[in-house]
Amino acid sequence: MPNDSLAQKILTLADDSFILGHRNSEWAGHAPILEEDIAFANLALDELGHAHLWYELYQELTGVEPDRVVFFRDANEWRNTQFVELPKGDWAFSMTRQYLFDLYENVLLEKLVNSTNERVRGIATKIRAEEIYHLRHTSNWVKRLGLGTDESHARMQNALNELWASALQLFVPLENETELIDANIFPDLKTLRDEWQDKTVSHLSASGLIVPRVLEPRAISRAQHTEHLAELLNDMSSVARLEKFGVEW
Amino acid sequence: MDEQAELQEFQARIARGEKIEPGDWMPEEYRKQLIRMISQHAHSEIVGMLPEGAWITRAPTLRRKIVLLAKVQDEGGHGQYLYHAAETLGATREEMIDALLAGKAKYSSVFNYPSLTWADMGMIGWLVDGAAIMNQTMLAHCSYGPYSRAMVRICTEETFHKKQGMEQVIKYARGTPQQKAMVQDALNRWWAPSLMMFGPHDSDSPNSAQLIAWGVKTKTNDELRQEFINKMVPDLQLLGLKIPDPNLHYDETSGNWITSEIDWDEFWRVVKGDGPCNRERLAARRQAHENGAWVREALNAYAEKYEQ
Ligand SMILES: [Fe+2]
Ligand SMILES: [Fe+2]
Ligand SMILES: [Fe+2]
Repeated sequence: MPNDSLAQKILTLADDSFILGHRNSEWAGHAPILEEDIAFANLALDELGHAHLWYELYQELTGVEPDRVVFFRDANEWRNTQFVELPKGDWAFSMTRQYLFDLYENVLLEKLVNSTNERVRGIATKIRAEEIYHLRHTSNWVKRLGLGTDESHARMQNALNELWASALQLFVPLENETELIDANIFPDLKTLRDEWQDKTVSHLSASGLIVPRVLEPRAISRAQHTEHLAELLNDMSSVARLEKFGVEW
Repeated sequence: MDEQAELQEFQARIARGEKIEPGDWMPEEYRKQLIRMISQHAHSEIVGMLPEGAWITRAPTLRRKIVLLAKVQDEGGHGQYLYHAAETLGATREEMIDALLAGKAKYSSVFNYPSLTWADMGMIGWLVDGAAIMNQTMLAHCSYGPYSRAMVRICTEETFHKKQGMEQVIKYARGTPQQKAMVQDALNRWWAPSLMMFGPHDSDSPNSAQLIAWGVKTKTNDELRQEFINKMVPDLQLLGLKIPDPNLHYDETSGNWITSEIDWDEFWRVVKGDGPCNRERLAARRQAHENGAWVREALNAYAEKYEQ
């Protein structure tokens, strides 16, 4: 039934945004310049906010409350890509990841604003305005670090080599995704990947960076995670799980 | 005009309640004292990101996580406005940050205490941001224009932080046994440090009289501290929380809540760098600064190559 595959799809969007926002929030107070303590926290806040909107839709479809989904699930129940759960690394790593993700979000949202599902369309329209700004901010950083010094260039190239195959997991469809594509609720990830690849390759080369010749995503199933996710979740839910679900904090 | 006449005109402007602006004549000592105060204040905002920043990943609900991250981000913004305000007096951000990292500049000692449980997020918001607001509301009337305007802007956000903190303390004080114990423990640890935030007694505060004469401050440390105590005691007691001071009592004649003498030995120890977290806080700032060195170099190199 399409409602179930829609819920599964929405959960992947929510989980990706949430885990990335969570990871990037670790920079607050530790960024390389004060302006980025502010700006990068802003991006993290937006990602968490976007996740919240998708979790609300997930609740409408399944009845499960956002805080239960976030704080009372174990690692194997999460549906984010491994790409977003990797530790924050250095500034080049976090920035490259945020850029690749923002570009993915931009190509996706451009389609979702025309989804036949009214709720999906509404949320996508809301989010898209912020995502255009994200991409402007992160593209700019990629260019400055890619072309800055030898060291910044080397760090960016390393980050890209590390991240590329993981990023490709964003374009692996779910099992029943064709139902959603046929109903024009969701776009075909194959075409999105081509568009994303063209755009990233052109901006990355203009930034002096070489895209690795890797075509296979590092992971396929969203049920499979690195050990980093369990670690992240342990820390994240340590306060929430002091009490049973439903106790207010 | 000779120096004496300038000084008289300066004092007269302050007496008329005019704001002193960046290009205006001001006594050298006024400029120095303001740079000292504003940069200390900026550093406090920046170091203040750390004790709460450490709990963002553990916030127990999605909403709390967003609110806490936004708060920590606000504090960074406050640091930014304040560094700008100090720059209008001729200090550079680099100098100020170098002084902080070298351990030469001061910042609010309250951030040298550890945040040990989630309930500290509520208590810090209510007590620490609350105490900061009292001080900043006064400084919003400060005679130096850029500082006063920065304070107005900052106070609006601090008021929101305090409200969020209060909301949490109330919830936990009425919550499960575990939440109650946690919030009482937080009060036990944050009460004294928040009273110390107002600084030494007036008698030990050598700059106070001059700062009041210049219209920088309008109230003394002890006056502000007493106002804070009078406001907080009934509110906390109403929630069934116990204030960790056996000598606390109400004085009918003055209408004041009287507390025990503050542990001034501890106060000076922390100010001089020997508090529970001084080393850790500075180490965290230094590490962020060092780890970011290559990023700042890259930005400069890029600007030189492409933005000329
Ligand atoms: Fe984004
Ligand atoms: Fe602040
Ligand atoms: Fe604050």
